[in-house]
Amino acid sequence: MNQGAKAQVERLLALVPYLRERGGVQLDRVAADFGTTPEQISKDLWVLYFCGLPGALPGDLIEVDMEALEGDGVVRIANADFLDRPLRLDVHEALALIVALRTLRDVAGAGEREAIERALGKLESAAGDGVGRLDQVEVQIDPADRVVVDAVNAALKRNHRMRLSYFVPARDETTEREVDPMRLIVAEGHSYLEAWCYRADDTRLFRMDRITSALELDVACDPPSQARPRDLSQGLFRPSPDDMLATLDLAADAGWVAEYYPHENATKLADGGLRLQLRVSDPAWLRRLALRLAGHATVVIPSEIAADVRAEATRALSAYHA
Amino acid sequence: MTSRKSERLMNLVICLLVARTYVGKAKIREVVEGYHDQTDDAFEKMFERDKEELRDLNIPIEVGHVDRAFEDEPGYRIRRDAFELPEIRFEPDEAAVVGLAARVWQHASLAEATSSALIKLRAGGVDVDSAALSVVEPHLGAREPAFDPLWNAMVARTPVSFSYRRPGGQPSARHLEPWGIVSWHGHWYTVGFDRDRQEPRMFRLTRVEGDVRPDGKAEAFTVPEGTDVRALAAQLAPSEPTSVAVLRVRAGAGVALRRGASSIRAAGSGWDRVELPYAVGAAVADLVISHGSDVVVEAPDDLRNSVVHRLRMLVDAPGAQA
Repeated sequence: MNQGAKAQVERLLALVPYLRERGGVQLDRVAADFGTTPEQISKDLWVLYFCGLPGALPGDLIEVDMEALEGDGVVRIANADFLDRPLRLDVHEALALIVALRTLRDVAGAGEREAIERALGKLESAAGDGVGRLDQVEVQIDPADRVVVDAVNAALKRNHRMRLSYFVPARDETTEREVDPMRLIVAEGHSYLEAWCYRADDTRLFRMDRITSALELDVACDPPSQARPRDLSQGLFRPSPDDMLATLDLAADAGWVAEYYPHENATKLADGGLRLQLRVSDPAWLRRLALRLAGHATVVIPSEIAADVRAEATRALSAYHA
Repeated sequence: MTSRKSERLMNLVICLLVARTYVGKAKIREVVEGYHDQTDDAFEKMFERDKEELRDLNIPIEVGHVDRAFEDEPGYRIRRDAFELPEIRFEPDEAAVVGLAARVWQHASLAEATSSALIKLRAGGVDVDSAALSVVEPHLGAREPAFDPLWNAMVARTPVSFSYRRPGGQPSARHLEPWGIVSWHGHWYTVGFDRDRQEPRMFRLTRVEGDVRPDGKAEAFTVPEGTDVRALAAQLAPSEPTSVAVLRVRAGAGVALRRGASSIRAAGSGWDRVELPYAVGAAVADLVISHGSDVVVEAPDDLRNSVVHRLRMLVDAPGAQA
């Protein structure tokens, strides 16, 4: 109940200046702007009907036009000059919005960046007391080449195909490909271009900091109908059940690997380490990971990759004894 | 009932906002609907609770004296300049990016903070469309249970204590003045003054175990003037290169090493000599080993020895015999 009254008062303190600023507004529109239902806004207005200047004489009360509300679904108030402006932003609100804008700035194209800078300046000066807290939160996105970011934004805006040079670490190679850009996203510390890739013949996420060159082509995007942006609510990378299930034993000092890579299963080992089961779509990726973790992890399954890693390590070692 | 209480709180706000000077309790009881039919005791309790709830909504209620000659009756008022959102106008392109920013947070309490910021801005006369389609979609989430309590402690400047476990280590109790929250390579950290170690430290939120508890009052510490949370995170995290590795890299291989190289020269018979500045030996050893026999370390000796040692561990790993 208490929470209800507090939320209602918060809404009413914004609703009065909102309506004063706009004159009559459709009830549905008000509800949408306040993120609530038309029924709730009607209840709010019935509360407002009994609010006004101290003394509560008829002329002191805010006038809510109940006929317009019930007849035409239009919200209109009068006699509320004393509630002219909404409450100022609190620190949480200012900080949340400003951090969001700064994150957007890191991936936006040149034109939006400029608008974001101006909006940030205005919000920062409206933050009042909270201004000292605004630099306490930082979101660092691994930096991508500005030229690439601007080219991708421009191609997205014009719905044009692109030619990308893209570095694939698992294969230690830079590949050339044509893609139809779909959208630019930021998640888990990286920015990605989601696009239909004509090389893979599938939708792919390209990490922006691994695109080494991006050229907008004078060709309109024309992806096949199965090109759809993926649902990101379950995380960025969802293993496919078709992927190989690998087993990796981690030493006690390599627990971070389990924090870092999504896995199906983790069980403790007698020596304090962990046995991880993870889905692997590209054997080259697992081979490279096993080499990288030399001394801290061992591939158990598949045994071919375990043997392959060992053979590669033997070859690498021979260079030091030559 | 919620509506009666909302009505009373609204009338109290209006009463204190329009007053030219401090309003005494007796006067408030007389003019605000909902107080005068209460007993003395009930009124006192109700009034105290109402004030607290309004302060929770960030409404600044000042306490002073009704009459300067007789400083015995406390009075209350709300200063308009501390209550109201300052005048803020957005150009259409600025309003558009603010609308996009409203969709960035996927974390419940911050998404809510952004929505309420938007409601206030709309009430202040800004038309923000937060449903416009966009091809640029940065998302910020935070699944760590420690995120909310640390965020609130940082905003309120409340010292905290929590149990912290490094991978493979035992949990230990930590006492922290949280200066800031940083997303670094896709993971949330808090930086602040570690009261046990008496110096700034950085903690990864996934490694906080159990509850984050307040360990003092709000505003119990100050963030030192000029503290740059981002710079501090960069300083506490892997930092500026201090050494240079000299590597022999097979021509066409080692793309990642070449991208970070300060010089690349042909070394004959299908090999290049690559000089790579680095900060942390273990990280560069990981990267070198992940390239298997395509990369050989020539200098420095400690890097070379560590790579040889770890390759040997791979070759000799138990269970690696296929």
